[in-house]
Amino acid sequence: MSAPTLAELLITACSEAWRDGGEIIATGVGPVPRLAASLAMSTHTPELAMTDGEAFLVEDPVPIGPRDHAHGHGTGYLPFSRFFDAAVWSGRRHAMVTPTQIDQYGQTNLSCLGGTYAKPKVQMLGARGFPGNSIHHPNSMFIPAHSPRVFVEGEVDFVSSVGYNPARRLPGANFNDVDLRLIVTNLCVMDFGGTENAIRIISLHPGVTLEQVKAATGFALQVADDLATTPLPTSDELAIIDQLDPHNIRANVVKGNPSAMQEAA
Amino acid sequence: MDKLLELGGFIDRLEDGMTIGIGGWGPRRKPMSLVREIIRSDLRDLTIVTYGGPDAGMLCASGKVRKLIFGFVSLDVIPLEPYFRKVREAGNLDILELDEGMLQWGLKAAAMRLPFLPTRVGLGTDVFTHGGFETITSPYADQEVLLAMPAIKLDAALLHVQRADPRGNIQGFGPDYYYDEWFARAATETFVSAEEVVGRIEIVDAETARTNFVERMFISGVIAAPMGAHPTSLPPNYGWDIDALRKYVASASEEDGWARYLSDVIGDDETGYLERAGGVEQLAKLPLPIF
Repeated sequence: MSAPTLAELLITACSEAWRDGGEIIATGVGPVPRLAASLAMSTHTPELAMTDGEAFLVEDPVPIGPRDHAHGHGTGYLPFSRFFDAAVWSGRRHAMVTPTQIDQYGQTNLSCLGGTYAKPKVQMLGARGFPGNSIHHPNSMFIPAHSPRVFVEGEVDFVSSVGYNPARRLPGANFNDVDLRLIVTNLCVMDFGGTENAIRIISLHPGVTLEQVKAATGFALQVADDLATTPLPTSDELAIIDQLDPHNIRANVVKGNPSAMQEAA
Repeated sequence: MDKLLELGGFIDRLEDGMTIGIGGWGPRRKPMSLVREIIRSDLRDLTIVTYGGPDAGMLCASGKVRKLIFGFVSLDVIPLEPYFRKVREAGNLDILELDEGMLQWGLKAAAMRLPFLPTRVGLGTDVFTHGGFETITSPYADQEVLLAMPAIKLDAALLHVQRADPRGNIQGFGPDYYYDEWFARAATETFVSAEEVVGRIEIVDAETARTNFVERMFISGVIAAPMGAHPTSLPPNYGWDIDALRKYVASASEEDGWARYLSDVIGDDETGYLERAGGVEQLAKLPLPIF
């Protein structure tokens, strides 16, 4: 088997988000988060539940891309029409998504960029389920291209998901379930374990320096005392990833599909 | 009791200024033949409520929309909806941006004839900043402050299903009806287009009865519309038409792109539309998307 790619390292790093998270719905949006959730369910957290990407719950994670039996081979039913009552508002879900912007409070934006709200420079998808996800269940983020355009200074242009910004905490409202877990990027893994839930670097990918991460981030980052190197995927994990992604869709996630052993910039 | 309508008769039941909810989700299960007929009509100043796909974009492009109430607008595999984006970036659209869950909550409030339903969703975000929402304090010991999601009362809801009969019985197949039933319950009148209209739906087994997912007392009009969701998907019958969606997206960056889309693609009637799009026989073979 060839040396692991960065994308494969990112999949294993992302899968840690669900470790010991209990019997909940794991949702990974996009190839890396989805493969990561599937890897978590296939290895360290088998009690996870997930869908086939549409409406059916499956006991064996479904490979991504073209496949036989693409529809209706589930053991349960979780259509969008049940999703808010069953998975989101019940808190029994942990989603990993890729927002367009993230700020120092962990607030994210998927709605619009720049300009004014009446006339944004770039209109994106809208807030989608981000407000509800963020106030009701655990969330993590995957960012394939770590840059100050994503990790912005100040606040995101539009707060689509709730973070830990004290100025946004409406008095009397219940923010107890806001629970941000991991941010995995092409450079490092971060969590919210800093002072007052500040974002903190917990591991650097092989060959990546702290300076590189700080230069690519629009706000100050804390650093864990026991800063680690993100582990490479094991051969067992690589074999499972290969089964879950038989068409190698993961090769298109990071530009140039580099090796997991990055050269220091 | 005969609720059958032609497309023209359907348009006659709508009025300028109405609030119209559109079922489906992004590029899935959208009643696009009804949407196209609205675009061909003189109707104007509509408030459109939708989990938006090309329905939102096309109605915005055609100038029919006074206000758009949405949980998102996206073509799924093509994340950004080109015409929604265009009118927003031109500063020409009044909107109410909602979380996806808030939208169905507002429809449920309307369905239950309540003024609002409480939720935590939206608090702490700019959906709350811009949405004009009020909060309410729990009268119980917890005293929690909650967002009061106002009822989204619809004058009309539009759905697309596989089968219907003149009495307004409907059958939907496929994995998910999304929030179609709540659009219907939130609306004064619901108009359903169907791939096939039969004389009378006869259900002989209990399992199949579940496919009639909204009671006929909510259904005001039934319109025959083969391939009526095109270019969106209607599983298990057909997938979305990715080539047609790409051409639609491309038109948004061409000069006079919408005018040409209007004349060359949407055209004067559904029969012509379907012929130009490839014909019902071919379109019915569009493969289902794989998620």
